[in-house]
Amino acid sequence: MKRFFAQAYLWLLLAMLYAPILIIAIFSFTEAKVLGNWTGFSTKLYTSLFSGGVHHSLLSAIENTFIIAIIAATLSTILGSVAAIGIYNLRAHKKMVMNTLNNIPMLNPDIITGISLFLLFVSLGITQGYTTVILAHVTFCTPYVVLCVITRLQQMNPNIYEAALDLGATPYQALRKVIIPEIKPGMISGFILAFTLSIDDFAVTIFTIGTGGLETLSTYIYADARKGGLTPELRPLSTIIFVTVLVLLIIINVRSARAKKRKEATL
Amino acid sequence: MKWLSRLFMKRHNWSIPYFIFLLIFVVLPLVLIFIYAFQDAEGNFTLRNFTKFITHAEAANTFVYSIGVAIITTILCILLGYPAAYILSNNELCRSKVMVVLFILPMWINILVRTLATVALFDFMRLPLGEGALIFGMVYNFLPFMIYPIYNTMQKMDHSYIEAAQDLGASPMKVFTKVMLPLSMPGVMSGIMMVFMPTISTFAIAELLTMNNIKLFGTTIQENINNGMWNYGAALSLIMLVIIFATDLFSDSDEERASNEGGII
Repeated sequence: MKRFFAQAYLWLLLAMLYAPILIIAIFSFTEAKVLGNWTGFSTKLYTSLFSGGVHHSLLSAIENTFIIAIIAATLSTILGSVAAIGIYNLRAHKKMVMNTLNNIPMLNPDIITGISLFLLFVSLGITQGYTTVILAHVTFCTPYVVLCVITRLQQMNPNIYEAALDLGATPYQALRKVIIPEIKPGMISGFILAFTLSIDDFAVTIFTIGTGGLETLSTYIYADARKGGLTPELRPLSTIIFVTVLVLLIIINVRSARAKKRKEATL
Repeated sequence: MKWLSRLFMKRHNWSIPYFIFLLIFVVLPLVLIFIYAFQDAEGNFTLRNFTKFITHAEAANTFVYSIGVAIITTILCILLGYPAAYILSNNELCRSKVMVVLFILPMWINILVRTLATVALFDFMRLPLGEGALIFGMVYNFLPFMIYPIYNTMQKMDHSYIEAAQDLGASPMKVFTKVMLPLSMPGVMSGIMMVFMPTISTFAIAELLTMNNIKLFGTTIQENINNGMWNYGAALSLIMLVIIFATDLFSDSDEERASNEGGII
């Protein structure tokens, strides 16, 4: 009985959480311009999303979002991994300073990060555009990469590196053959985290994107919503994003659960 | 070139590039907020930005109103999220881990898409947009951020404490108030941080959910920056930073929060 109520509560909350998304998904299969009008089943919005029937600006906004996310995530992963190795080898006092500095961008609300970077770029007289958005994204993504990688380093047996050196490996070889393989999972999850954070970002982007007409998905949706009329093609797009994320997350979780089970079985 | 390669032979020096990066893109920008906040448009020192905030009724009202909205949102998130986290972490009540994924999944959807979905829901149900939509939208947006950290702490909790309390004759109510609640407090604290902070600092969301009728503090800051009032905007940002710093001291669980966020994937 207790279990029944608990389950009912969870499903009720889930219904609340998913109702809005569900409505969007349902109305992505009808042609009506205004959401809420059902004018019969149709996949026209999906075809027009991909055939370029939409304003060119939506497609270029999607493209920009992905380009920025890939570049920003790659740069943060490199910068963050190198930094994590450095921080891991620092003495206690300096390590604390670096950790505190690393925490600031994570604790700062987006709007503060955005405005502070905006002030930086205008003070230095830098024209805002692609570069400034990428730099801003690297700023708030790298701390997460550092955290992911440093966790791996802390779990690593430090003697392995020493052993490699004792056995005649050069520091470079030891790095490539011992440390990099150890921190690779951390780098990968750092990259994924940075990538999703970058794609998702709105508040920092809007302050650093400038007025040169560059749009990401977030700023496009914002500008669109402010004009009042929502591009109907955003419905199928949101649905696709949602389903992709759902499938990816379930796969990741099922895989890690299975790996955990296998590990337990071998132990 | 040679000194450079010698410099990077020592691995603790590998933190130098990132240190410089942090100085330029994190420390310097924050210092700039501070400098701008105490300057007028010509660059002279002034306190006018702050006196303007206090005497200017609209900004001050928005500020108080935003804190109110943030507090209500946070409380609702705790009330709705705590039982959910409890059930999710309890193996008897919830066996499937897929449920947990379903609860944290909305965190990965773009916040504007989620907000538009809420607007769509209200339109669809013919409900008026306004204060109710604002609160619903905020709770809807940030509830997963409350559930996840609480779930995480409960998950790591040593269950033998609870069993011990039961064995020693504590009633279910006592077990909850004396053992469960104190042990899950770190999770609630980081949940508060993760809900209160974004709620107080969001902009755009309130605009969309209330058809521009209700302004939150974040929107005021953004409007000032957009309209070229950088100094006043910087002063308002500084006020927000102080609030956040205060909440931060109050919750005092940064590390917990950081490790929670890092461990989502």
